[in-house]
Amino acid sequence: MSSIIDIQSVSKSFGGVLANTDVSMKVEKGGITGLIGPNGSGKTTLFNSIVGYHPIDSGSIRFEGKEISKLQVQNIARLGLLRTFQQTRIYGAMNGVENMLISLPHRKMRFFDSFGRNTKEDYERADMLLDFVGLYEKRYLQSGSLSFGQQKLLEFAMALMNEPSVLLLDEPTAGINPTLINGLIDRLKKANTEFGITLFIIEHNMRVIMNMADTIYCLAHGKLLAQGTPEEIQGDQRVVDAYLGAH
Amino acid sequence: MKKSIFYTVLLAIILVAPFAFPDFRTQLATLWLMIVVAMTWDMTGGQMGYNSLGNIFFYGTGMYVAALISIGMVHDVGSYNNAARSELMTFTDAQYFTGAIIGIIGAGLFCALTAVVIGYLTFGLRGPYFAIGTLGVAIAAGELVANWDWVGGGQGIALPVYPGNLDVGKLFFYFLFAGTGVALFVFLKWLYTTRFGAAINAIRDDEEKAEAMGIHTLRYKLTTWAMAAFFVGIVGGISAFQLIHFEPLETAYQTINLGIFMVVCVLLGGKGTLWGPIIGAILFHVIKEVTWNYLLGWQWVALGALIVVTVVYFQDGVMGWLMHKKPEWFGIRVEQKEAR
Repeated sequence: MSSIIDIQSVSKSFGGVLANTDVSMKVEKGGITGLIGPNGSGKTTLFNSIVGYHPIDSGSIRFEGKEISKLQVQNIARLGLLRTFQQTRIYGAMNGVENMLISLPHRKMRFFDSFGRNTKEDYERADMLLDFVGLYEKRYLQSGSLSFGQQKLLEFAMALMNEPSVLLLDEPTAGINPTLINGLIDRLKKANTEFGITLFIIEHNMRVIMNMADTIYCLAHGKLLAQGTPEEIQGDQRVVDAYLGAH
Repeated sequence: MKKSIFYTVLLAIILVAPFAFPDFRTQLATLWLMIVVAMTWDMTGGQMGYNSLGNIFFYGTGMYVAALISIGMVHDVGSYNNAARSELMTFTDAQYFTGAIIGIIGAGLFCALTAVVIGYLTFGLRGPYFAIGTLGVAIAAGELVANWDWVGGGQGIALPVYPGNLDVGKLFFYFLFAGTGVALFVFLKWLYTTRFGAAINAIRDDEEKAEAMGIHTLRYKLTTWAMAAFFVGIVGGISAFQLIHFEPLETAYQTINLGIFMVVCVLLGGKGTLWGPIIGAILFHVIKEVTWNYLLGWQWVALGALIVVTVVYFQDGVMGWLMHKKPEWFGIRVEQKEAR
């Protein structure tokens, strides 16, 4: 397997706070890569750096071999590198289907296509993906009135609608009813295997991430602490210490 | 079926109104002007979430461009607008009409182009900063034009009077305004059902999310504003010929009158809806005319009170209030919260 995202010694500071220091990691094409670490260890900062929310201080980020650390958010999104938000972001005033249709991949549209209406295929795909995340029954409800967990599922479906090649998920299971988490793991895995989407996931729920990821990176205090397979990470004393606050 | 009857009746009213109420032709024409500027303001303010206070810039610019084109086609602009001019400069009927039509269309196109340029510079601003930034553009433009002698400076431009019967002239302007209004309505009714409409709604609801989903936000913003500016420029151009004489600060770049009225119309009727701006413009225009007739001396106070009440207590407007009271009429369904 080749790496689709290649992060080389990225550093990012906010004033005096070193959010990321010399972080390097690779996301394998077609795989599921996990990113863990205690609160405030710089995981979301790294995600934001990758998708272009803020410029990085030094280092390089490559997507499919192309340097993207200088690009803007929309340009990176249009390459097919998409993220979901920790605090879910959906268009609350619209219903589920409308949310889905807005998420059609604009990178595949020419300007004048936007003056067309959505096709039957678009609607079918929206329905199919809403069914996939289990929101089919609620698809005509105003999405702002859905529960947090359902909004999260909707955001996931919207991301799939966009047909990304890589999806960065910021805590996909946070706020989701524990009984639904197994279902979500299955769906994430299916998105990976059936839709062929490479996943890069920040996750606090160890059971979830150990279950899914091929490779896991652990950050602590903005630095890369450990990397390896789930088994290696679980057995790594430094990771355990970081979570228990020994650092 | 019901809808086609509704629209047919509406169209009939539009066509018959100026003949049924011949004394109100100019009033009705002005009403159409209000409807057009309110609907165009709502394109960015209501549908896209960018509250511009500078749309009046396109109205004033449309006036000037239309006038200058029609003058320039026949005479030397500088000497026509020279305050000390003693020689008579006239237009034949044919020159008047071709000048008016080409001038008005040219005004629309020029305004669309300037919207792209100004938008490129100001769309980096968000929320109130965008409102103030665009207001600044409109005010600055008025001051600049007022000091530019080639276009008549502070005393403005005097265009030729409509050739022929003045009552027919009023009809001519009524139908120019009404035609623009109907065309705009049809255009927006279509536009808001396309992916384009959905994309600008996405920008309104969460621009960061729209960016993160790869929507070409700047391109949509510029296009929307350019389309709005096109129609404002057109009615500005029509106004120039209807008013005959206009000057820069109080007529063309009238930031404190029409520039604010269009915003109030939309708020009164309901932002982000197709019918809201129209309802708001009609209500506002009627209230304005009634207070001018029956509360003379207090008319600005009454109008100010209306603006304050609308902005403070009735921001969602008529349509917003209806949507809140009767969401099912608009197909809005919410998740039923179960009792615990």
